[in-house]
Amino acid sequence: MQLTGKFGPYGGCFVSELLIPALTELEAAWLDARDDDAFRAELSHLLSQWAGRPTPLYASPALSADIGCRVFLKREDLLHGGAHKTNNTIAQALLAKRMGRTRLIAETGAGQHGVATAMAGALLGLQVKVFMGAKDVARQQPNVRRMELFGAEVVSVEAGSRSLKDAINETLRYWTETVADSFYVFGTVAGPHPYPSIVRDFQRIIGEETRTQVLAQAGRLPTAIMACVGGGSNAMGIFADFVDTPDVLLIGVEPAGHGLDTDAHGATLTKGRPGCVHGSISYLLQDEAGQVLEAHSISAGLDYPGVGPEHAWLKDQGRATYESATDAEALSAFAWLCRAEGILPALESSHAIAAARASRGRWQADDVLVVNLSGRGDKDLAHAMAALDADTLPPKETGASPSQRASRSPS
Amino acid sequence: MSETHPTTPAGSTSAAKQTPGQRLSATIEAVHDRGEGVFMPFVVIGDPDLETSMAAVDALVAGGADVLEFGFPFSDPPADGPVIQAADLRALAAGVTPSDCLRFLAEVKRRHDVPVVLLIYYNLILQRGLDRFCAEAEAAGVDAVLAADVPLEELTPLETAAAAHGVANVLIASALTSAERLAQIRARCGGFLYTVARVGITGEQRAVSSSLSTVLDRLRAPDPSGRPRLPALVGFGISTPAHVSAAMAAGADGVICGSAIVRRIAEHCPAGSPPTADRVAAMQRSLTDFVAAMKAATQGAWRPPPQASTNRHVQP
Repeated sequence: MQLTGKFGPYGGCFVSELLIPALTELEAAWLDARDDDAFRAELSHLLSQWAGRPTPLYASPALSADIGCRVFLKREDLLHGGAHKTNNTIAQALLAKRMGRTRLIAETGAGQHGVATAMAGALLGLQVKVFMGAKDVARQQPNVRRMELFGAEVVSVEAGSRSLKDAINETLRYWTETVADSFYVFGTVAGPHPYPSIVRDFQRIIGEETRTQVLAQAGRLPTAIMACVGGGSNAMGIFADFVDTPDVLLIGVEPAGHGLDTDAHGATLTKGRPGCVHGSISYLLQDEAGQVLEAHSISAGLDYPGVGPEHAWLKDQGRATYESATDAEALSAFAWLCRAEGILPALESSHAIAAARASRGRWQADDVLVVNLSGRGDKDLAHAMAALDADTLPPKETGASPSQRASRSPS
Repeated sequence: MSETHPTTPAGSTSAAKQTPGQRLSATIEAVHDRGEGVFMPFVVIGDPDLETSMAAVDALVAGGADVLEFGFPFSDPPADGPVIQAADLRALAAGVTPSDCLRFLAEVKRRHDVPVVLLIYYNLILQRGLDRFCAEAEAAGVDAVLAADVPLEELTPLETAAAAHGVANVLIASALTSAERLAQIRARCGGFLYTVARVGITGEQRAVSSSLSTVLDRLRAPDPSGRPRLPALVGFGISTPAHVSAAMAAGADGVICGSAIVRRIAEHCPAGSPPTADRVAAMQRSLTDFVAAMKAATQGAWRPPPQASTNRHVQP
């Protein structure tokens, strides 16, 4: 390895010796590609012509009125595939091709990263195998179908808590066994070095565009940027270009699930403590002995007990702060944005919207707030409508049965 | 636990004056002097519960295990296949903690005069504290530790703490390990080199990988730095006496067997059914017979490495 992959005391490369040759090769290929004009040109071409970059920075009248300052939405929901994940997968798939690999493997939580990997594989003629927790397979059926349409094989993971962390374990296992021809397309800014750095690099285009756009549209840099944090890739992507601009507040929003005073949340940075899982040291939801706890969030994409190590370091340094929104607050923001702006946000992104709305009173009228709308919510419709029917809307004749409402209702 | 017969009376002092790393090396050398390969079975501590797990250990020793390897149950074991992950989850479901595991190991050492190696995930060490963990491991009689998710890049803190407490650090190498890296691994590895028979995760397989003899040839070649040779024990996928014979013929100094042991425990004492005396006795017979057959395949099968007769196992 040429770099340590450390962010202060966090990060690193905590994997079996058997994966070191593959990670060493990956690091070398990434460092080489990063400085290669031909690679950058091909990536840039695909991002603009195939994926639809740049995405708009939209001045939201409804949010601005609601919060009492100038609020912009960075519209990653409009990126091809429906979320920011495509920025990373198309770039890693190009890297895989450059390294001569024939198969992409990936973990997925909400299914967005799996879909984005399947799309990239289809485009570049690479075989794709996606590991997904059985619980997520059940609650994200549209994305399972989309992956299959793109030609990917979806493997349902029954082990452990049957969610994202178990999908990562299973992908790491499969990679260890097929390391000669498989490329692991890691979906977030976590995992062993060099993934936290690679994924941040490939997502930082969100923040680079935001900087240019906000200067053009508002004539100034943002007062604050807000983004939801599960593993933390959309947040790291929009933060990265502003980390060295200390006047811009960086605010991550974690899933508080049923509430921070319960065991059912995914607020790793808020309630966890440093530990080692999935290849790096970062904050972790764990018991006293170090066994990893199951996270809970209504949004599968935030349902993860770890978090990217760079976020841990930004938190400890005080460079970024981390807040949270509950399932109910996210659902309410989800429904509100649909009515107020005609935009259907992903449940993940709805956490950032909820925290932004809750921040009213904190800003001056001429302050500029940018919220990263990291994905669209079509994939969440069935799940969110059942929860909304049960929780916040009056019962409807056509809605879920009372027993279903009871079982899906957040407490 | 009462049905078994400890091989050595409690309080044996035969190894009391040696440091743990030396005791492990001495055991391996003694096995080789008999012309045998080392047989090292693996169990997850507390699978399916602590008492049944101890009964399994007694049976392994009765069958002829030379060294015992133990896993601490961990919630997220990506280096392990489905059989061992299931064992981890059974032990966790039984409420087994690292403190229980350390007490268990101390009891193993009271019952048996056999060196003990830990295979553990790093977070369990980190959360206890590196120095505290290594001190407690030493006190429990642990000879060596292999942290499954700690490669050379991240080894220094654990290496320092383990060295302070006389616990050897075992490292892993495979056919994919470069020559340069192998030299670094040899320089920092203690006790024995955990040699992976195939690139992958733990689990049973049909045949021993053909790349094994290539790896072992490299490992058995004299160390360019002149350092004493490390014994190469082969693990991952060793599940039948034929695999043991193949590994020994390829030049192994011994074998490690995990999933095939763990599967036998699960077959006889599955989670959810109470481990009755009959079930435990049947499990013990199965394990003892299996270990005896595996051990027998190592007998007369060890051959000294080429040009290494003058410095074999010499302590620096």
